[in-house]
Amino acid sequence: MNRFVFFVPVIAFFALALMLWQGLYLDTKALPSMLIDKPMPEFLLTTVDGDEVTNADLPEQAFLLNIWGSYCLPCLIEHPTFMRLAEEGEIPVVGVNYRDRQNLALNWLDDNGNPFEFSILDESGRFGIDLGVYGAPETYLVDGDGVIRYRHVSVLDESVWREEFMPAIAELRGGGSQ
Amino acid sequence: MRHFYTSIFLVFILLTFGNSNIAIAQVDTFKFDTPEQQQRFRKLSDELRCPMCQNTNLSGSTGGVAEDLRREIHRMIVEGLTDADIEKFMFDRYGDFIFYKPRFRAETAFLWFAPILFLLLGFAAGYMVWRKSKLSAHQSASLDVGQLNRLNDLLDSKQ
Repeated sequence: MNRFVFFVPVIAFFALALMLWQGLYLDTKALPSMLIDKPMPEFLLTTVDGDEVTNADLPEQAFLLNIWGSYCLPCLIEHPTFMRLAEEGEIPVVGVNYRDRQNLALNWLDDNGNPFEFSILDESGRFGIDLGVYGAPETYLVDGDGVIRYRHVSVLDESVWREEFMPAIAELRGGGSQ
Repeated sequence: MRHFYTSIFLVFILLTFGNSNIAIAQVDTFKFDTPEQQQRFRKLSDELRCPMCQNTNLSGSTGGVAEDLRREIHRMIVEGLTDADIEKFMFDRYGDFIFYKPRFRAETAFLWFAPILFLLLGFAAGYMVWRKSKLSAHQSASLDVGQLNRLNDLLDSKQ
């Protein structure tokens, strides 16, 4: 018994050290989304081209919802990946132009190319709040029933696509929800 | 030296309890119907955390989403929603993270009880150390005649 008591502080120290050590590698920026497995929030907005858009206009298969803005430098870094996905027809991408100006958004799409089926114009950021967005870029995976399945915060490059999105999408498509 | 420790201690006390309102609030030009509404707005934006900047409350943050959330709080207060309604609105979208003071739920119970748990563990450990030292001090002071003889024999044999 006495021997055991002697080791208690040592064990406690290592338990605490292990916990803190793991904490060093936690991505504190990637907050869990509250909307996972919840339907997309209702919206009645316009696209950056000025057309009225609602939930009914969303793709009927699984799609990506990418939060972007013309002011957002990381969005330029992930942009080639979305261009490739759109060109190769891997998955439809819907944009949310978040806290931007319509003319700046249109210029940005002209300059860099437009991978989006359409981009929902959210100048006020109000739709972003309903999605639990806290800053561009963020990307949501939404299934064919309009239910949010996954969220990635910050740049979605090819490795994030391969390691996070491809398995999640394969699971959706394999699950027979299509 | 004692003064040194005292001042260190006071600095910690200040850091712990004195800094609740050091952050400088962003100036918004929101209009409220009553001073009470304005008070609620201040309290909510002080207690809610900016999801983007992570270490600032909504009232102290220049972040875009913080600005939007302050605007939403203002709208909901003027529309007559209660603080509980507004907190639920925030929780549904941003989760526990948004609260500097987490709600008490099964997932956050450890967070709330851990300090008390650690304090009790500390007391328990302190008590055990104290009891042990008292016990050994007591024992060493009361060797019986047989033990004393044996001790002397041992000491003699070493010489």
